[in-house]
Order: sequence, then C-alpha cells, then structure tokens
Amino acid sequence: MATIPADTRLAPGRAAAGRLRAVIKAAREAPQAAVVILGGLMLVAIFADLIAPYDPTLPVQGANVFDPPFWMEGGRAMTLLGTDFQGRDILSRLIHGARVSLIVGLMGTLVAGSIGTAMGILSGYVGGWVDQIIMRVTDAWLALPAIVFAIFLAAMVGPSMWNIIIILGAVYWTRYARVIRGEVLTLREREFVKLAEIAGASKWRVIKRHILPNVMNTATVLASLTVGVVIIAEASLSFLGVGVPPPQPAWGLMLSEARSTLMAGQWWLTVFPGLCILLIVLATQLFGDWLRVRLDPQLRNL
Amino acid sequence: MAEPVLEVRGLKKHFPVRHGLLGRGRTWVKAVDGVDFAIHPGETLGLIGESGCGKTTTSKLILLQETPTAGSIAFEGRDIAGLEGTELMAYRRAVQVVFQDPFSSLSPRMRVEDIIAEPLEIHTDLSRAAIGNRVGEVLELVGLQPDVAPLFPHEFSGGQRQRIAIARALATNTRLIVLDEPVSALDVSVRAQIINQLEHLQRSLGVSYLFIGHDLATVAHISHRIAVMYLGKIVESADSDTLCARPMHPYTKALFAAALPSHPDDQQQERTIAGEVPSALRLPSGCRFHPRCPSAMPVCSEVEPTLQPRDVGGVVACHLYG
Amino acid sequence: MNMGGPDMAPQRSARPGPVLEVSDLQTHFFSFGGTRVVKAVDRVSFTLHEGETLGLVGESGSGKTTTCLSIVGLLPRAARIVGGSVVFEGEDLTRKSQRELRRIRGRRIAMILQDPMASLNPLFTIFRQVAEPAFFHQQLRGRSLRERVQHLLRAVRIPSPEWRMREYPHQMSGGMRQRIVGAIALAGGPSLVIADEPTTNLDVTIQAQYLDLLKDIQRETGVALIFVTHNLGIVAKMCDKVAVMYAGKLIERGPVRELFDDPKHPYTRALLGAVPKLGSKEPLYSIPGQPPNLANLPAGCSFHPRCPEAVPRCVSEEPGDFHLGDGTVARCWLVEGKNEAGAHRGRTRS
Repeated sequence: MATIPADTRLAPGRAAAGRLRAVIKAAREAPQAAVVILGGLMLVAIFADLIAPYDPTLPVQGANVFDPPFWMEGGRAMTLLGTDFQGRDILSRLIHGARVSLIVGLMGTLVAGSIGTAMGILSGYVGGWVDQIIMRVTDAWLALPAIVFAIFLAAMVGPSMWNIIIILGAVYWTRYARVIRGEVLTLREREFVKLAEIAGASKWRVIKRHILPNVMNTATVLASLTVGVVIIAEASLSFLGVGVPPPQPAWGLMLSEARSTLMAGQWWLTVFPGLCILLIVLATQLFGDWLRVRLDPQLRNL
Repeated sequence: MAEPVLEVRGLKKHFPVRHGLLGRGRTWVKAVDGVDFAIHPGETLGLIGESGCGKTTTSKLILLQETPTAGSIAFEGRDIAGLEGTELMAYRRAVQVVFQDPFSSLSPRMRVEDIIAEPLEIHTDLSRAAIGNRVGEVLELVGLQPDVAPLFPHEFSGGQRQRIAIARALATNTRLIVLDEPVSALDVSVRAQIINQLEHLQRSLGVSYLFIGHDLATVAHISHRIAVMYLGKIVESADSDTLCARPMHPYTKALFAAALPSHPDDQQQERTIAGEVPSALRLPSGCRFHPRCPSAMPVCSEVEPTLQPRDVGGVVACHLYG
Repeated sequence: MNMGGPDMAPQRSARPGPVLEVSDLQTHFFSFGGTRVVKAVDRVSFTLHEGETLGLVGESGSGKTTTCLSIVGLLPRAARIVGGSVVFEGEDLTRKSQRELRRIRGRRIAMILQDPMASLNPLFTIFRQVAEPAFFHQQLRGRSLRERVQHLLRAVRIPSPEWRMREYPHQMSGGMRQRIVGAIALAGGPSLVIADEPTTNLDVTIQAQYLDLLKDIQRETGVALIFVTHNLGIVAKMCDKVAVMYAGKLIERGPVRELFDDPKHPYTRALLGAVPKLGSKEPLYSIPGQPPNLANLPAGCSFHPRCPEAVPRCVSEEPGDFHLGDGTVARCWLVEGKNEAGAHRGRTRS
C-alpha cells in the first residue's frame, strides 16, 4: 500500500465520521432535499382527495383483506401497496394520513408556539410575580413526561383530531416559554429597549415593536424543530388509541391496527406508515437545522 | 439667571445588597449619596468620574429608570417624583438620552425612519406624512441625508448610527438630552464630527446637555460647567475654564495628572495617584478619597468635608481649603 | 523597588541592529475562493530597536491589528502574508513554520490584548496562569517556581503577591487583571511586547498607572514595545516612534516629536486636530466622510476623497514612501521634493 499518499490513509471510523459530517454540512447548506420532501408531502396532503385512488375509510371493491403490494406474489396493480385487515387500500390511507400528520404537526406547533412565545415574553419582560408563576408552571409541566401527560389529557377530553392539536399545544408550549424568556431577559437590557421606555413607550408597545420582532427568529427555529416532535407525539397517541379516532387514516393509527399482524408476515401494514413518519420527521429536522444556521448569525460560520 | 431646566437637590440612591445565608444580612451600596446640581437652558453640564462613581446611576434617576432613595429632581420647577398621566408624558417627551454603544441602541429590525419616529408616535398624533417630514428634518439637522430613512441600522457605520440616535433624541423638541459617554466607542476622527455636531445643535436649538464621561479633555471641551464625582458624591464643581485652569480637589488634580498629554513635551510632572476606587460597599470614613489622597491629613479620616465655595468660583469639598 | 533582578533581563544575544525590522509587509484576505482580495496590510515597513516604543496608530479597520498578527504569525485562516519580510532578531519570521513560531511566541515575543478577561482562564488561579511559561520554558518547579511567580507579580505591582496568586481572575479589578496579563507576557523574558489597546477598558487613573508601569518595566528590561492604539494621547505619553496607518497603508512614520510638531501627511494633521486639548475650546477639526471600505478602495491615494489638500495627481497616482530630512517617512505627493533625504524610494504606479 506504499503508493497511497499519506493524507488519504484515514482510519475507517474517521472516514465515516467525515462523510457523516459532510452530509450534515450539505444538508445545512442546501435544504433542497428537505424542502422537496416537505413540499411533496404538503401537496399530497392538500390534494389527497384527487390523488388517492380509493376512499381511505372503506374497503376496496373487489379486493381481499391483507393483499400484499403489487410486486409480491398475489399482489395486484389496483392496490399498489396492498390492503389492510378490512381490505382498505394502504396507499390511499397513507396519502390521507399525510394530511392528518401535517395538520396536527403544524397546528399543534402553532398552538404550542403561540402560547409559549406569549408566556415567555410575559414572563421575561413583565417579570416579578408574573414571571414566578409562569416559571413554576413550566417547571411542573417539564417534570411530567410529555407523552404521559398527553395521554392523560386525551383520555379526559376524548379523541378527535382537533382535541389532539390543543392537547399537544398545551403539552409542548413550555419549551418555548423557557427559551423565549431567556431571550427576552437579554433583550430587555438592550439599549434600544431602554430608549423606548425612556421615551415613554407603554409595555405593550415595547413588546409589540421591540421584543416580538427580535424573538421571531428564535421562535421560528424552535417551531421548525418542534413540528417533528409533535408529529411523533400524534403518531404515538394514535398508536395508543387515544389519538385520532378510527376509521380516520392516521399513520400512528395504522401502525396500531397492524400491531397484531406484524408477526404474521404482513409487513407492509407497518413498514409503509413507519417509513412515512421517519421521512417527514427527518425532513422537518433537517429543514429546522438549516433554518437555525441561517437565522442565527453566530452559528452561520460553523 | 433663567430658571434651570433641571435642578437636582440632595439626590440619593442606595441599593440594598443581601448577603449571608438566606440573605438575612443587608448592607447598602450608596451609589449616589447626596448630589446637587442644576442645568440651565442651552447649557452643558459635564459629569466626570471613574467607573463606580455614581454618574450612571444619576442619569438613570433623571431618566426615571430608578426611583431616588431621597432628594428631589425638579424639571422646569416641578418635582418629577410622582408625575402621572399627561405630565409624566410631557417629561418623557422633553428629556431624551443618547447611549454609548451605537450598535446596541438602535433596534436591528427597525428602519431608521421608524426608530426616529417612535417618540413622535408616542407623544404626538401627527399624520404619517407629518411624521415623515419631521424625520427628514431631524436627519438633516444631524448631517444625514433624508433619503437614508428607509434603511436599516446595519447599513451605517458607528458614527452615522450615533447621528441617528441623536436625531431620535431631538425629534420631539427635546429640552434636555442625557449624553451617556456618546463618543467613547467612536474612532477619533468620527468623535470630532459628533462633538462638533452636538455643539452646533446646542447653539441652534438651545437644548441642554448632561454630558457624562470619563475623558477629561472631551468633557472639558464640550461642557460649560463640570462636576467631578467620586464614590457617589460631587467633590468639586466649577466652570469648565476655571476648573481646568485651577483644579483644587486632590482627586480632580489626580484626574488631570492622569489625563493623556496632547504633545510629547507636555508630560505631567506629578506621578499619578496610587490605588483603585474602593468598593462602594465599604466606604472609607471621613473623606471618601482620603486613602488614595497624597495630601491627606488626620482630620480627613474623621470628618467628611462639605462643599465650600472656591475662591475663584465653584465649590470644592476638601479639608485643605476649609 | 528592585525589580530588575538578573532573571528579569531578557535572554538576548548581544546582536547589534534592530530587534524588529518589518519591510514591505503585505497581508491579504482572500474570500469567495480567492476571487476577492482585501489588502489589509499593504507594503508596511518599520524598524524597532531595543528599548524603543513604537506607536501603531490608526482608526478601526486601518490594518493595525492585522499587522501585529502578521508579525506573530497568528493570522486568521482567510489571511496570508503575500510579500515582504518580518525580521526579528535576525530571523525572518515569515519563513518560519508554525511550530517554530510557537517557540518564539510567549517567550521572545509576547502579546497583551485589549480585554484581560478574555486572556485569562477563569477556572485557573493566578499562580497557575503566571507560572505556565516558567514551568514549560524554564523547567522551574516547586519553590523556585513560586518565587519566580511572586517576583513577576511584584514586578507588575500586585500587592501581597503571595496571597493574590491564589485568587481567581474574577476576584480582581480590571486594572489588576491587565497587570496580571502583563506579568504573563513578561514571564518568558521577551525582547518584544506587542500591546493591542491594552488600556481601552480601564479608568483614566488606572490607565495612567498601567502606562507608568509599562514604562518602568521597559526602562529596567530594555524590552521593545509596539503599542497599538487609536489614542494619540497614549502615543504622546509612551512612544519614541509613531507609525500612522490608513486603509492598510502606513502613510507616515517617524520620531514622535517630529510627528507632533510637524505632521507631514494631511491625515496625520487631521487626526491631531481632531483630538480635544485640555483647556481649549477651539472647534475640533473633523475629517469629512468615513474611512473607506478596504474591499473597494479609491484609486490613487486612498485618502484623497477625504483630503482637504488633494491635488489632481492624488486621484490618479498612488504615492510611494518619501524619506524626509528629519527622519520621517511620508506617503503623500505634497511632500515630494521637500527636503527629501538622499535617494528617495518614491514609487509610482499607474
């Protein structure tokens, strides 16, 4: 091996780490892959009614239950990814499931972000007992395991997609409140905020004109990183039976319904929704990371 | 002489410091401890001293960011303590501030026109167009083109940003501007531009300045009168010219000795004073300056001197001139 | 106080000639894959002898800090020395490897930076930080190491060093911290100390104390000092020689008295006129406009758009160095032919 130049003889581990770093760097610099995945899923979700070959809640006429995907023996072209235990088309359920995942992910994040940002600003800027109360509540919130808390709430209000959105918002707002409060505490000491106060600006005006615009970057980045978490949480709740109620097509619910048949060899019932969840969460995380680097000047040079 | 714009009488601000387990012990930091001064229309009062002397706390008290422990601040004859409603707003409108760091004092997400317009929006019900006109006017006053209004602060250099900050402070027909080390962060050539601009604005608009600084030459250049602060008290105060010609308090003399020469040949003969400003938590007894004073006498550690008239005008608090 | 013990004296060979000779130094910043070049330091030359202090004066962005970083080989990755030489005690530092430079830095060349808090590690005691150079370079241990540290702390006027050396940086005042940084700089017995605006964050009386201290140390050890500053008062107080930088170029250099008495370059004159003088209420001279952007310099002399005395030639041709009779060197067309000393090295470029 004497012909190999010295600088290319890297240990295999280091080479792999280097390649991983290169991939992460590429993803940070070019969000195309993430944007394509997210954009594609969004289009699918919006036009689900047009794209999906069948009604996702009804068995396909002329299909059997547990039909395999088309390339397998016994698979048919009319149900490309096979059918489930009721003979419903997996592909159609996945397409409509994207709608549920995205609506819950985005709306849940919006709810969590709005509550959390408002609380964080209130806590950080007003201070005093308001700050004390909000921070003690977030302490208590963070002490509870999020998913257990969500199950508890879901069991109380009953399952529906909109309830899930409210519940996930109520569970995940605390992380915003913490981060935003920290940001506001430093902003409050900035001289332009003091100048506004000295000029006689009301608290509301300072928040609206000076605090909010300056925490929006952080809030946006947090939101992009929270979408994935909320989607997973929705899938978990649906999997556990306290989420989106059947027969609505949600990816977590599909996993749950296929649980009993997993060992029986009908793998397509679990693998496809699982892949979908992986794909969407990965895409939101990559996009969020790219956004963070773009919006945070201190990280831009990393 | 006309009624002063701002008159400060016996102003004190003591901050509690908790210490010990559970914060049961409590001592007081006397950041400002009995300060009197007045600023007249069209006049600049220079407030000079080293860090920890209380000049920043004094400015915070004037700007109503802190409430005094004792004493009064009167603006055009009215005590500002307990001002409410429209009277408070009138005060907020008439007194503005320019801070040291031109990068922190302009919001990075607002356009120059919105930054300057903010006090106008708060205090007047002018139309959008009228506010726009006023913004253009004050931009021209500080030597900037009105067409920079739609730009963001990051497109300007430090000196230009400081001009924008001054323009904002002037927007509401301000009577008094607190200038908190406004040129310390600027380059030499830009510093001269800003000082000249401030002096020009004062002559044409009759606005009063409270100029806070630590550089003797700069403060002496722009101020009509100078008050020297040390550990929360004014130790000497006089006309700028007489103070420069004849500093009397040993601390003032030390500041002059520490001032940098403007030519290699005018090196000060006196050695600079030793030691550092003591902690405001443990104030020396008697005269606060006596541990560092080269001419301290036994009486200095026992009796605190009071401000007495100087024979050439002004006041000084020192036993040497009792 | 006897601080000039034998171990305080720099270990220097008795070599005649300057401690430092920088000639035609050029440092460029490369960005966008080398397609954009910023000439941060453009043909800078000066010499410094033992016991001398050079004031390197300029406004922010004039290239004074990059000049210093070029001397010690600590340039950021985007910057490279593309020409000229830095001869320190007879050796060209631009030809040294990083490993060789590391051995020189901290021992024979020391630096004092503006913010002492950034130069000191908050987790280590003063003793540990001051002892480090003596521990590694002079192999001192135990009691002799402790004595060495106390000696250095005493040299920078730290009261009761045997107690103070057990404290941490946050327990000290700003002036004290900057003196600790000075002690670390002196620890290796350097023959050159580069101080980059070391007193900017200090109060005036503390600044005066610190400057006096540096002068005393220089008198006792004969160390050569480069004082980077924008404050001409510090130059008047401290320096023997001055070099004024503008837009990456050294536009005037010479003995300090000549520069203050008879500044040759209009920029130097303007700078001197812009500083308020104690007891004078005369209006300050203010240079119109802003310092230029280094990435987009005006043609000809970089100062011509702001220069009150510019002539047509300044717009088209860049002046070279003109050596004048009183020892000053100015880069300005106005001094051309005015009692120039010997063969001038004025260079023109179209």
